[in-house]
Amino acid sequence: MHGFANPKRFLSLARWLTPLLLLSGLVLAGAALVWGLFVVPPDRLMGETVRILFLHVPTAWLGMGGWTAIAIASGVYLVWRHPLADLAARAAAVPGMIFTAVCLATGSIWGRPTWGTWWVWDGRLTSMLVLLFLYFGYIALAQAVAREGGSSRIPAIFGLVGAINIPIINRSVVWWNSLHQPPSITAGKSAIDAEFLVPLLIAVLGFSLIFGGVVLARMRALLGDIQAEARLRRKASEAA
Amino acid sequence: MSALKPKHQRLVLVVIALVALVGAGLLAAWALRNQASYFYVPEQMVAEPPQPDRAVRLGGMVEEGSIRTLPDGVTVAFVVGDGKARVPVRFAGILPDLFVEGSGVVAEGRLASDGTFVADNLLAKHDENYVPRELQEMTEHQKREVVAETEDEIEGGA
Repeated sequence: MHGFANPKRFLSLARWLTPLLLLSGLVLAGAALVWGLFVVPPDRLMGETVRILFLHVPTAWLGMGGWTAIAIASGVYLVWRHPLADLAARAAAVPGMIFTAVCLATGSIWGRPTWGTWWVWDGRLTSMLVLLFLYFGYIALAQAVAREGGSSRIPAIFGLVGAINIPIINRSVVWWNSLHQPPSITAGKSAIDAEFLVPLLIAVLGFSLIFGGVVLARMRALLGDIQAEARLRRKASEAA
Repeated sequence: MSALKPKHQRLVLVVIALVALVGAGLLAAWALRNQASYFYVPEQMVAEPPQPDRAVRLGGMVEEGSIRTLPDGVTVAFVVGDGKARVPVRFAGILPDLFVEGSGVVAEGRLASDGTFVADNLLAKHDENYVPRELQEMTEHQKREVVAETEDEIEGGA
């Protein structure tokens, strides 16, 4: 585990892993979206509206997965003071926020024809909106710390505390009566017909790979920033 | 504690903080279990009727064969049930596309003194099942076969 603490070793790994993840993710997600949008038959009740599922479910999964990654990386940073873990948490925040926003938007567009409303304040929708606001807060906090200086422990603690929302989102449709339907896919069982399920799982995999690639690319960029800044500082002190 | 390395001390602290956090979250969710529900089910509405003229939501299944249009041509009457209790509902307005017998519905409105729920707005509730249109037109026997195949695939894949 500490083998990856070395930024050099991380960079040599990320250099070839980043394009690999991004490319394979784009191919899989693109194929799954074409499949879902043009090939899959219409649903028995929802008709063509079912196609939004292939964007809504992967983005929901990655919106929650993004914060789970922030929480795990924050915990690793707090306990082991692993500098790359801090970067990983910061790198996962923006893609996680974007996926959460897309999830809310696609859900709203789906809700209008299906439920008859753009938005309701039920448990699932509200907790997902809270997740979006948590992302805003985390990104602002992490940026302020990076820019103004200060302890990276503060955003890390925020990342851990915010993780309490993830099981709440997951269980919201089970604990409370909600307009949002209960989970369709539970351990080993699926209420989604195979014709929908196969492209859906491919879309989830593809978008997850894209997410991983984006996180690695952002970690490299953040490392590059830190190195450039260190080099500038060294030059400035040599000149003085 | 002094025997612990700082790293392990931090690990213990983080674990204790996490346990406290999850406990607090679960307690909060437990306390919210009734307040955070989006609607009442018929059983709750019959057991503890809300005050008349208090805006509430009622959610359940539209009973088969219960939808009928009243003589005025715009008011629809139907029964919402949850297997334990039934509440008659009246609604005048445009019905959502997914509003059919045997499917879920959330009605926003008030419980009238005669026990009828007068809805101002209806929301269709989609269930967790996603089934292509072709499957619905199959005979029951074909459907069972297809579903069995699907389950095999899932189990095989998992």
